[in-house]
Amino acid sequence: MNSLPETAASDLPARAPGKPATTGEPDRTRRGGRRHDPTVPPWAFVVPALAVYAVVVLYPSLAGVGYAFTDWSGIGDFGFVGLDNFRTLLGDDRALRSVGNTLLLTLAVVVVQNAVGLLLALGVNANIRSRALLRVIFFAPAVVSPVMVAFLWKYVYNPDDGAGLNGVLGALGLGGLRQDWLGNPSLALWSVAAMVVWQYAGYSMVIFLAGLQGVPAELHEAATIDGAGTWQRFRYVTWPLLAPALTINLMLSTIGGLKLFDQVYAATNGGPGTASETLSTVLYKEAFVFGKFGYSTAVALVLALFVAAVSLIQLRYLRAREVTA
Amino acid sequence: MSPAKYRTYGLELLMIAAAVVFLFPVYALITLSMKNPRQIADSPLAPPLPPTLANFGDAWSSASLGPALVNSTVITAVSLLLLIVLGSTGAYYLARRVRGLGYGLYILFLLGIVLPFQLGMIPLYKLVDSVGWLGTYQGMVLFYTGIQLPFTVFLYTGFIRALPPDYAQAALIDGCDHRQAFTRIVFPLLRPITGTVIILNAVFIWNDFFTPLLYLGGSGKETVPVGVFSFVGQYVSDYGLVFAGLVLAALPILLVFLLLQRYVIKGFAGGLKG
Repeated sequence: MNSLPETAASDLPARAPGKPATTGEPDRTRRGGRRHDPTVPPWAFVVPALAVYAVVVLYPSLAGVGYAFTDWSGIGDFGFVGLDNFRTLLGDDRALRSVGNTLLLTLAVVVVQNAVGLLLALGVNANIRSRALLRVIFFAPAVVSPVMVAFLWKYVYNPDDGAGLNGVLGALGLGGLRQDWLGNPSLALWSVAAMVVWQYAGYSMVIFLAGLQGVPAELHEAATIDGAGTWQRFRYVTWPLLAPALTINLMLSTIGGLKLFDQVYAATNGGPGTASETLSTVLYKEAFVFGKFGYSTAVALVLALFVAAVSLIQLRYLRAREVTA
Repeated sequence: MSPAKYRTYGLELLMIAAAVVFLFPVYALITLSMKNPRQIADSPLAPPLPPTLANFGDAWSSASLGPALVNSTVITAVSLLLLIVLGSTGAYYLARRVRGLGYGLYILFLLGIVLPFQLGMIPLYKLVDSVGWLGTYQGMVLFYTGIQLPFTVFLYTGFIRALPPDYAQAALIDGCDHRQAFTRIVFPLLRPITGTVIILNAVFIWNDFFTPLLYLGGSGKETVPVGVFSFVGQYVSDYGLVFAGLVLAALPILLVFLLLQRYVIKGFAGGLKG
């Protein structure tokens, strides 16, 4: 089975003499008190990681849950206010709008990013000459800082007629489609979504590509011999075997979409008005602009519950349909 | 030519067309960075003729990219080192103990991938402040190591589970203790996934904007994205200058990506099996 042979350790002779440890740590056997067990027990390997993880993630998250029920303002004393923050949230138009926006943005990004990522993966997995270069090109934006991508796209969305996307539309004779992409309240959220899809479609592509490379060629050959066409081979051979890649892709893009901050903050700062406000931008503003730390953590807790619920549902549903080759 | 060949050529043309559309923002980035304000105003979409490199020098000095690059490099490198050491050793245990405590701890680590960091953001900010680590390298390194450990542990655990346990067992029978079996036998076998761990974490840490804005603002230890953010705010209307700054700021991470890109696909493939 998959287990470390723990018993072997203490019965066996310790390190051969004249062979110092390679790690440069002091030899425990010489420090006394440990002579009877000269080995590092297996569980000790996980202790440093667990300690850092506990300090940076576990403790603050638990404390955050606590703050969500207080009226703390960032300085001085604070009191326990029960569910008041959550009641405030239900009556807070900006916060409610941000919940709606976050869900719409996530849905748009998840659907389009994965659809585009899958098409790109099928394309660059085929036997075309430029595939290696194309893979690098499509993945490259995912490597660049989201804030910088947002600044670049602010130019693409430039409202001026001759520049950016509007300039291209004009040059193509499609001047009628010119828009104030980020300044129009009914478009701003979708413009942000398009920018996110552009940046991360290549990321989805790479994960689908890894899945495609695990599809055995013999299965395709067998299906071809049985008379299956391109679509049938995709539908009945490739697609079911892509399930693990799809699971990971959907989960990563959903979690990423729900937590989205940098792109919105840099491109629209939630505007115009509250048109592109997300849960992340609202909780940032409540905490660091308005000093409502208690309320802000309550918003964060709602975000955490959303992420947890959606991931669990996805995991249950998606894992169930996974098959192996 | 056979119909299959025609179809391959057709697909190739289609993919190249997609790449051209996809590259439009990059075209704008590069051409504008090589134009002066008049060229940009007159013909924003035209190629930069004649090109100028003056923007790059100006952007380098006014965005103080030199110090920002040093800060980003130090923070990213030390965090990566800690992530590799803590992630691989932690996974060595979690990969082989698939029941009981080991399983519980593995789930606990996976929870960290799902939890939004915003939930712990304010308590952690208080904690870092109370030990006097705001505005320091060590505060950032601690943050990145902790926040990226779940993903790192996930990658390493998946990879180690796919390795036969026999190597480490043989080493233990030959008289190694677990530390020796790990450092001499297991860790060298982890090279491919370590490549993946390096690139994915480097991309995240190098590009992160929010935490350094919060923890390093005004300290003089600002990282590249924070430097670029305030630089863009200052020169917002001068696209040539701003875009030259963006090109310079993105280059280091793009170069690292080009060097290590083959590990990205391999690493994901390994992660899928785990």
